[in-house]
Amino acid sequence: MADWEVVIGLEIHAQLATKSKIFSGAATAYGAPPNSQANLVDLAYPGVLPVLNAAAVRMAVKFGLAVGAKVAQRSVFARKNYFYPDLPKGYQISQYELPIVARGTLQIVLDDGAVKTVGITRAHLEEDAGKSLHEGLANASGIDLNRAGTPLLEIVSEPDMRSAKEAVAYMKKVHTLVRYLEICDGNMQEGSFRCDANVSVRPKGREKFGTRAEIKNLNSFRFVEKAIQYEAARQIELIEGGGVVVQETRLYDSDKHETRSMRSKEEANDYRYFPDPDLLPVEIDQSFIESVRATLPELPDEKAARFAKDFALSPYDAGVLSASRELGAYFEATVANLGAAHAKLAANWVMGEVSSALNRDNLDIGDSRVSPPELSALLTRIVDETISGKIAKEVFEKMWLERKSADAIIEASGLKQITDSSAIEGVIDAVMAANPKQLADYRSGKDKLFGFFVGQVMKATGGKANPAQLNELLKAKLGG
Amino acid sequence: MLHNLSIGELAERLNSRELSSVELTRHYLARIERFGATLNAMITLTAERALADAAQADLRLKGGERGPLLGIPLIHKDIFCTDGVRTSCGSRMLDNFIAPYDATVVTRLKEAGVVMLGKANMDEFAMGSSNETSYYGPVKNPWNTRKVPGGSSGGSAAAAAARLAPLATGTDTGGSIRQPAALTGITGIKPTYGRVSRYGMIAFASSLDQAGVFARSVADAVPALQVMAGFDPRDSTSVDAPVPDYAAALGKPLKGLKIGILREFFEGLEARNAALIHDALNVYKDLGAQTVEISLPHLPASVPTYYVVAPAECSSNLSRFDGVRYGYRCEQPKDLLDLYKRSRGEGFGAEVKRRIMTGTYVLSAGYFDAYYLKAQKVRRLITDEFRTAFTQVDLLIGPTTPTPAFDLGAKVDDPVTMYLNDIYTIGANLAGLPALSLPCGFLDGLPMGLQLMGPHFSEDRLLCAGHAYQLATDWHKRAPEGYE
Repeated sequence: MADWEVVIGLEIHAQLATKSKIFSGAATAYGAPPNSQANLVDLAYPGVLPVLNAAAVRMAVKFGLAVGAKVAQRSVFARKNYFYPDLPKGYQISQYELPIVARGTLQIVLDDGAVKTVGITRAHLEEDAGKSLHEGLANASGIDLNRAGTPLLEIVSEPDMRSAKEAVAYMKKVHTLVRYLEICDGNMQEGSFRCDANVSVRPKGREKFGTRAEIKNLNSFRFVEKAIQYEAARQIELIEGGGVVVQETRLYDSDKHETRSMRSKEEANDYRYFPDPDLLPVEIDQSFIESVRATLPELPDEKAARFAKDFALSPYDAGVLSASRELGAYFEATVANLGAAHAKLAANWVMGEVSSALNRDNLDIGDSRVSPPELSALLTRIVDETISGKIAKEVFEKMWLERKSADAIIEASGLKQITDSSAIEGVIDAVMAANPKQLADYRSGKDKLFGFFVGQVMKATGGKANPAQLNELLKAKLGG
Repeated sequence: MLHNLSIGELAERLNSRELSSVELTRHYLARIERFGATLNAMITLTAERALADAAQADLRLKGGERGPLLGIPLIHKDIFCTDGVRTSCGSRMLDNFIAPYDATVVTRLKEAGVVMLGKANMDEFAMGSSNETSYYGPVKNPWNTRKVPGGSSGGSAAAAAARLAPLATGTDTGGSIRQPAALTGITGIKPTYGRVSRYGMIAFASSLDQAGVFARSVADAVPALQVMAGFDPRDSTSVDAPVPDYAAALGKPLKGLKIGILREFFEGLEARNAALIHDALNVYKDLGAQTVEISLPHLPASVPTYYVVAPAECSSNLSRFDGVRYGYRCEQPKDLLDLYKRSRGEGFGAEVKRRIMTGTYVLSAGYFDAYYLKAQKVRRLITDEFRTAFTQVDLLIGPTTPTPAFDLGAKVDDPVTMYLNDIYTIGANLAGLPALSLPCGFLDGLPMGLQLMGPHFSEDRLLCAGHAYQLATDWHKRAPEGYE
């Protein structure tokens, strides 16, 4: 494997979060009864005509600006002609020679912390097809055209990725970005965000790309990783066995974790692209671009950089906390109450306890059972040494389950930390008296027994002794 | 007789309640009954509905409402979708298709109070120049039933010429209004591309198709065009520009009008045909117009250019007729491919298939640049030449067709000769220009047409010039024998 380099480019399809379809007024909501959201335009009745939804254009421009791309002043819709029952017109309206967005970049962070720039060749607007339904119908296929005409932004990367992991990192980055921009809900189960992967291999050091295979319709990060790993290994084994890779379209089987040939280049359709005469070229002027630019939120990279700088967080922490707008907002609200000096504490808690509780209960950050003010109230009790970090975790669990304030739980359960030196000393004395042998051993040089005494005191105080104070006092007492 | 009255005269009688729309509608329905079978001009008659709509128009008139078209009967080309009425487009493919909505043209005319008598025969999917490609059989020319009426709007033209309706709609992709108007001795106008909405008009070649109207005179066509014209948000290619008051434009004097004589249109033109156009030019000179000779060197490339662009677009536009959702479906399809192949194979006629195949070919990988792209470049050149010409002249003049109506069956087996019939009309479609055909005389007892073309959105100027010509001549008043 070490002699081979994998080359990957992704074509991501992001369903744009418009209320109505890209060329008809029908609604785009997911999950409606079949064909209840398909009007005459979606059904391609004779005589109907497409009318472009301006909201879709606005979203595409927003994406273009966010990846530093060139937004075309003039882009053209073209027809991609082929027959299929879920494609009612017999052609898909897409963009071919003149896409709306060209030449952008995105940065991804690799495992070793290095930053890599991935090129975005183009992003273009197109309409989705409907769905063919084969289950539950005897000797027939059903067609649901609710999805037909839903706006898609197809985001095409350069072949810049060199491993399945890089491809996933890039796809996640795009996923984060489109949700930040609020142009796509990112729901992969419903197919709102999916990709095709172009995979090839070449001997390390060679410039020329190998022949690529395109793996269609991958709708989870895990499938992208598995499919690319399988495909790269398949191609390498093939070449090493004396075979050649053929250019083809392959399907990923998520049950068997393998890819299968769907059609070869020779069998591919001749799509006969030509400009759609029913639609005028999309003309975009600078003032429109500026009006869209004004709606851009703080982007993920900007937010991460700000978190790292303002809160002295590691790039990793800053990256995790800015992975979604909602998570970033939660973190910032917590810090706002707690003070920037304790941002690292807040970061650890948001990424640790809060995130694992959300995962466990399958909740989004917006539905967290502990709000940012409630969390910061808890963390304040660590900062002011009312409780230890360990006790705080217990308190958090109770807050999560019982939805009570940190102070109420600390009060009711008597979890307040013991910071009174004389009280701690009293417990230490009792422990020393009860364990004469261990005391003697310690004093004869068995330093390891220090931990034993800490444990005994904590046990006697129910874990409430202030750890720093305990250490100090215990050292003095044991030393005699 | 009622059917010889102008739209203006009919409107006057309707408005004065001297005549009811129901009476007028019955009169025309009776004429359709009497001549319809001979001419084969109609695909679907909507008599019952027409009488109900006429009664409705009478109520509106009784209520004091007035309008130039309120209660006036009309025939729609069967390419316009009409809610609840079969819209066949002249094809077996749509023989069973009941449109679930009205085309914008239909809606606008309906709102103005016109009464639809039925749907006119046409070449299948508007592909033809003789109305012989219709699934419903050829239309006969009322001037001589052994002759074609022209196409593709042959039914509309024959019906208007035979006085089966005072008005008929048509569509013009390469001459489909002007050529049949010329061959049947009536007035036909193709507006500027984008002037009239294409929504609900079954597409042949989207960048060329334009709806227009047939009438016996320019003055009769004006109120219908006035209603049809205007921006439609449902058609992205319709143009959001104000529509002038066409009736008001009719009276303007022609003094100083510069008319360009298109040199390319006269090269090789039969002398008797050329003489008719020169007679018309003399009429215009008498009215104070000046004439200038103009050359558009690329115009002769119109026909080959058109026969690349139009089939390319049609090959894609007609893909939706796949037997899946509506229209013709073959019996007992074995599988999906069989369903597609046989539904389309059995549903489309020969000319439509020929154009789909031509269009598929010119768009194919490896041929696209040599055909489609080249044709688009030539189209641009022709458009630019027209634009330049209109910096020098106000209107261009020429014949509408090279010959009068030809015999039924004479050209069906020779598509290229058939296509050359559109040699003078295609230029306006490629450039998107408005153009008008006016009766200007007879050859061998058959009517001939004079064509006027203007710059984009100059319908008012064209109508004015056409009207002035008709005030000075009476060619447009001639009726075919037996239909007076």
